Amino acid sequence: MRNTLTIAGKELMGYFVQPVAYVVLTVFLLLGGWFFFSLLQHFSEMLQMYQLMGGGQTVEQLNLNAQVIAPVLHDLSIVLVIVMPALTMRVFAEEKRTGTYELLLTAPIRTTEIVAGKFIAAAVFTLIMIALAWIFPLILIIFGNPEVGVMFAGYLALALLALTFVAVGLFTSSVTQNQIIAAISSFGILILLYVISWPEAGGDTIKAILKYLSIPEHFSTMVRGVIDTADIVFFLSAILLPLFLTQRAVESARWH
Amino acid sequence: MIEVKDLTKTYGSFVAVKGISFRAESGQILGFLGPNGAGKTTTMRIITGFMPATSGTVVINGLDIFTNSLEARRLIGYLPENPPLYSDMRVEAYLNFVAKLRGVPRSEVESATQSVMEHCGLTHMATRICGQLSKGYRQRVGLAQALIHDPQVLILDEPTIGLDPRQIHEIRELIRGLAAKRTIVLSTHILPEVSQICDRVVIINDGTIALEAKLSELPEGSSLEEVFLHAISKEGHLPGATAEETLEEVGAGHSEA
Repeated sequence: MRNTLTIAGKELMGYFVQPVAYVVLTVFLLLGGWFFFSLLQHFSEMLQMYQLMGGGQTVEQLNLNAQVIAPVLHDLSIVLVIVMPALTMRVFAEEKRTGTYELLLTAPIRTTEIVAGKFIAAAVFTLIMIALAWIFPLILIIFGNPEVGVMFAGYLALALLALTFVAVGLFTSSVTQNQIIAAISSFGILILLYVISWPEAGGDTIKAILKYLSIPEHFSTMVRGVIDTADIVFFLSAILLPLFLTQRAVESARWH
Repeated sequence: MIEVKDLTKTYGSFVAVKGISFRAESGQILGFLGPNGAGKTTTMRIITGFMPATSGTVVINGLDIFTNSLEARRLIGYLPENPPLYSDMRVEAYLNFVAKLRGVPRSEVESATQSVMEHCGLTHMATRICGQLSKGYRQRVGLAQALIHDPQVLILDEPTIGLDPRQIHEIRELIRGLAAKRTIVLSTHILPEVSQICDRVVIINDGTIALEAKLSELPEGSSLEEVFLHAISKEGHLPGATAEETLEEVGAGHSEA
């Protein structure tokens, strides 16, 4: 545990002295702000239009969560697909390239502690990033009357999704010493997990499996405000499996 | 004490180290010599537990580096070929990090860092960023991180490379001073360095041990250079090979590596 925290502390400090992390943070928040602004604009136009038409009932059906926050979260999840690989690509690849990998692997610490420490650091940075994106719901809470519970579920979904991306990114970084290869392959895996349920062919079993593996399936359920244990289990498995593979990949340096 | 027994390492079909055995005793400095590509770095990486051997064993003070890896690694200080520095960390923060990583108790981390910086002449560089250091200072920080937990066994891969003559002198004095209660294995290309500070020498060529001897037992009248060139010239079976030709071979090894 002590070793894990030592690694996590050093890694986390690393994020704050690195331009890449700030670029990722800025891109994420700027684009988020842009989506929020345009969706809110759209929402207020619709609101005015319905009021002019005098449809009182329709106005009540307009919902800040469904019309603004949910789409913002969906958009942000796409932004994460693009920026998270850039955040995680260096984690192992850079150590291999510069030779500090030798320091880590010859230190009296376990491989699991190395992987856990690096994951915790990346996870903390990512969660800070997502916490900062609470600025959008906060604005709505101040000026409107949205359902906080639904927004909470949505942000939980975004956090779980981001941690999944971190785990996948750590894995691809652990199997190469080239950061570009790490980033592109993690990007590819994440995109695949987005579109995996697209094919219509195959039997019902295959369709069901592909649907289960699809990230948007689980993500959108939670963004609608439904916290289902099945979705939580999916995300936790999607975080733990790549981490397990990462541990194996790092450990494999000690096999051959 | 380090006991290396029948160590073999293959990369695919390439055999880097072919069943070598040697011992390094406590209180001694063992010079590990050989042309580039001879298998020095591979051997050192196996001794430090960075990579496993294909076959054979390495035992550090009675602990097998493979089966008792954590305990054995605790005893070792290692300076790899390239000093393993994080380029965005400051020297002091980096050494604190390595101290914690190497299991120095929290309360002693700060004092261990200070004392090792003093030993390696880094005190005035404490707040410099590792990535901006000159080669000589990188090497010193590398040596400092190897010494920070006061290890019983020191593995140094070319410790004086890139240093200026005064620094080389200082580092050699430092290493000599450390030898009393430790086992030190040091690889180098600089033959006079071996004559100056080592007690024993192992010459490795093409993955096999070409010579293992005490420096005091080397044939009388022959310099270490002659012994080295003789040892790596295919066990001396090159009839009529002049020193120049043999040197060329050594040079060829250089450019390949």
